[in-house]
Parts: sequence; C-alpha cells; structure tokens
Amino acid sequence: MAPPSPRRAGFSRRAQYGIFATYVIAIFGALLALLLALTARFDPKGHAAIQSFLSDLTSPIARGGRATLDAMGDTGKSITAYFNAGSKNKELEAELKVARQKAIEGDVAKRENAQLKRIVQLKEQITTPTIIARLVSSTATSTRRFATLSAGSTSGVQDGMIVRTADGLVGTVLHTGAFSARVSLIIETDRKIPVRRSTDGTPAIATGRGDGSLDISPLVAGNNPFRVGDIFVTSGIGGLYQPNLPVVKVTALKQGVSSGWPLADPASFDFAIVEPAFVAPPPEPVVATEQAKPPVGKTP
Amino acid sequence: MARRFTPRLERAPLPLILTVVPIASVMLASLLILVVPMIATYPLVPPFGLLALISWRLLVRDIWPAWMALPLGLFDDMCSGQPLGSSACSWTVILLIMELVDRRMMWRDYRKDWQIGIALIGFGLVAALFFANVTGGSAPVWILFPQFLVSSLVLPLVMRFIARLDRFRWRS
Repeated sequence: MAPPSPRRAGFSRRAQYGIFATYVIAIFGALLALLLALTARFDPKGHAAIQSFLSDLTSPIARGGRATLDAMGDTGKSITAYFNAGSKNKELEAELKVARQKAIEGDVAKRENAQLKRIVQLKEQITTPTIIARLVSSTATSTRRFATLSAGSTSGVQDGMIVRTADGLVGTVLHTGAFSARVSLIIETDRKIPVRRSTDGTPAIATGRGDGSLDISPLVAGNNPFRVGDIFVTSGIGGLYQPNLPVVKVTALKQGVSSGWPLADPASFDFAIVEPAFVAPPPEPVVATEQAKPPVGKTP
Repeated sequence: MARRFTPRLERAPLPLILTVVPIASVMLASLLILVVPMIATYPLVPPFGLLALISWRLLVRDIWPAWMALPLGLFDDMCSGQPLGSSACSWTVILLIMELVDRRMMWRDYRKDWQIGIALIGFGLVAALFFANVTGGSAPVWILFPQFLVSSLVLPLVMRFIARLDRFRWRS
C-alpha cells in the first residue's frame, strides 16, 4: 500500500487548518522575499548596506577557509621541492650569474636616470595611499561576478576604489562593510572599460562577456584592426581607471570580433592592491604655440 | 560506574538532533561556496545549498513545511552574494512544487527522484539568473548550462550523503 501522505489531514479540522496555514505562510513569505530581492533594484544603496553588513559576518569564514587551504597547498609544494633539489640548484646558480650582471647594469641605469631626472626637474608624483588586501571568496554559483575583499572601511577601503594586482586591473569596489568589501570584477557582464592597444594606442572598449572573457571592440570605423596577441591597457579616458593598467590580451578573433582573457587572471591571484579611483585631469586649454600661456587657474 | 543502559530496541532518537541535522546540513552546504579556494570566473560550482534542500525533501517527504525554505534561503543569500531574498523566494516555490508533486505521484523510484531533482535545479538556477539580471546583471541563459549539467550529475552524490545523514539522525 502506498504510504499515507503526511499532508492529507483526514477529517480533523484542526489538522486541515494547520496544513492550510503552512501554505499561506509559505506563499506570503515567498512574496515578501521577492519584494526584498527587488529592493536591490529600486533601492540599491539600502540593499547594499544590509548585504555588506551580512558579508562582514560571513567573511571570517571565508578567510579561515582560505588560510587552511593555503597551508595545505604550501606543505604540498615544500614536499615536491625536495624531489628536484639538485637540478634546481644548478639552474639557480646559472640564474644568479646572469642576475649579477644585470644588477650592475641596473645600477648604471639608476645613476643615469637620477641624472636625467635632475636635468628635466621631474617631480615625483605624490604616491596615493594604497591598501593591500586579499580576495577571499567569490560568487561561484551566481551569474554575477563579485569577489569579497578581506578589508573594509576600517582599513580605508571606500566605494568606487580600484582593485588591481601587479598583473593588471581586477575590478572596482562596489560596496564596503566594516571588515569586508564587495568587488565587481572586470569580467562582469556589460562592464565597459576604455582601453587602448599598448603598442600604438588604438582606442577600444573592453566589455565583459560573463564567461570570464572580454570582448574588445575598436572605436575606429572599418575593419577590426586587432590581432591575436595584442595587449590592451587602460587609457584613463573619463577617469576611474588610471591609465596604463594592463587589462586584456586578445586570444581569439571570430567574425571580426576580438575577444580575450584578462591579464590578471582572477582564478590565480589572491593579493590585490586597492587604490583610490583615478581622477582624470581636466583637458588642457588649446593654446597656439606662438601665444603666451594664460595665467594658471584663469580661463578666458 | 556502569555504562548507562541504552536499549537496542524501541530507541527514541533525540528530538533535537532530528530537527537540527537537516537544517544544519543545508546551511553548511550553503557555506561551502565561501571556502571554494578560487575566485570563479564562470558560474560552474553547483549550488550545494539548493542540492541539499532538494535531496532532503526528496528523501524525507514530511521533513519541513514549505515555509522552512524562507530562513534557509535567506541564509544561502548571505553566502552566495545573490540579492537578499532571491533564494528565499525560489526555494520556497521549489518546496511548494514538491507539495504538488507529492499530491500527484503516489510512488517515486530513484530515477523519478533524480528527474524531479533535475527539473527543480533548473528552476532554481533560472530563478537565480532572473534575480541577478533584474538587479543589474545581464547574463544570457546559456551561461547556466555547464552549471546545470554539473549540478544534475552531483545531485545523486548529494542524495547519497543526505541519506547517510538521515540514517545517522535516526540512530542517534
């Protein structure tokens, strides 16, 4: 015989109402949850505030998980390091020889550089405060491409800051909690980044495709001038991203559309540098070279 | 002192463990995403929280009233980075669908369980995509396909594991 369904209450009125009540609660709850999710569309600030508070609560777990996994990974590496110690020693000695020569060359170049700087009286740019933090987790199941940064407003992270690694641009800070921040990665769908080809400065726009790669569309009319292997850096146009951060390398050309993978591979980095958003300098006034320069701070 | 006497027949399982184990297992499954040791560039990791929820519901039909998905889904939203309320909503709908399935189908074997599970996973993923796109994303549906495939294949494993847990909680 088929088992009696626990949802069939029989003739008991009390049990019938009880079951009915669970359905009512579930349906009303689902509608409330729908409204809550939709507040993210109509009141993104308020929703983000709740979310960043909650991500402050869960980020220690992510940080702990990351640390244990790192520790396990390190033991594996140090064990395998023993196996090829001999050949590695030889390699390293050869490398050292080359490195010494290079160091001497570098010293010479450094002195030369200092001299040249003195000549042109180049002022060093004021270094902006940077924050070093780790990316501890990401929205691996979601179609949005967010990562969680292990530093928040207590470390000086603010909304809109730029996140990058030594390899290139990673993303921007979307919203900050006290100890964690949410980073929107550049591979997020429909993120647009003004870029230019590193070799000749041909302007283009890089757009996230959502599957980890970026589309690179040229701004110039005509055929797609980009080839496989071209490297694109941020152009700094319009501010936000400071110029000359590596972004993407073209790996495929399909029907005139070039696409590529980000140079700062999100799957591999974990330490990231957080910097304030770049403010583009105002365009210089167009002055004919024969005329005297107008006084600073005044525009005719 | 002698060991406390434990009857081997007619043992009553601890009521606390009976209720806590399923809830805790779904929450832990939701937390799994946080410790995935890489920054994902593509949605490929199966939503383990959803898989655990579906498994419990398929294996033990009177385990929860449908509203139980609200708190569980809300917790999953905290971990997954989806807009708050998105899993809470879709998981509740999934449990309501299961109520309908229970009404329609008298008998379910393993294969039927898997088919229902796959359909519910598909619904859950598409609902999550809907909420992500409504709140600022713009990902196409085909992007879900690999994750859907992986999740469907992982579901029987999760069901096995949940069945183990079920046995454990009755034995405690």
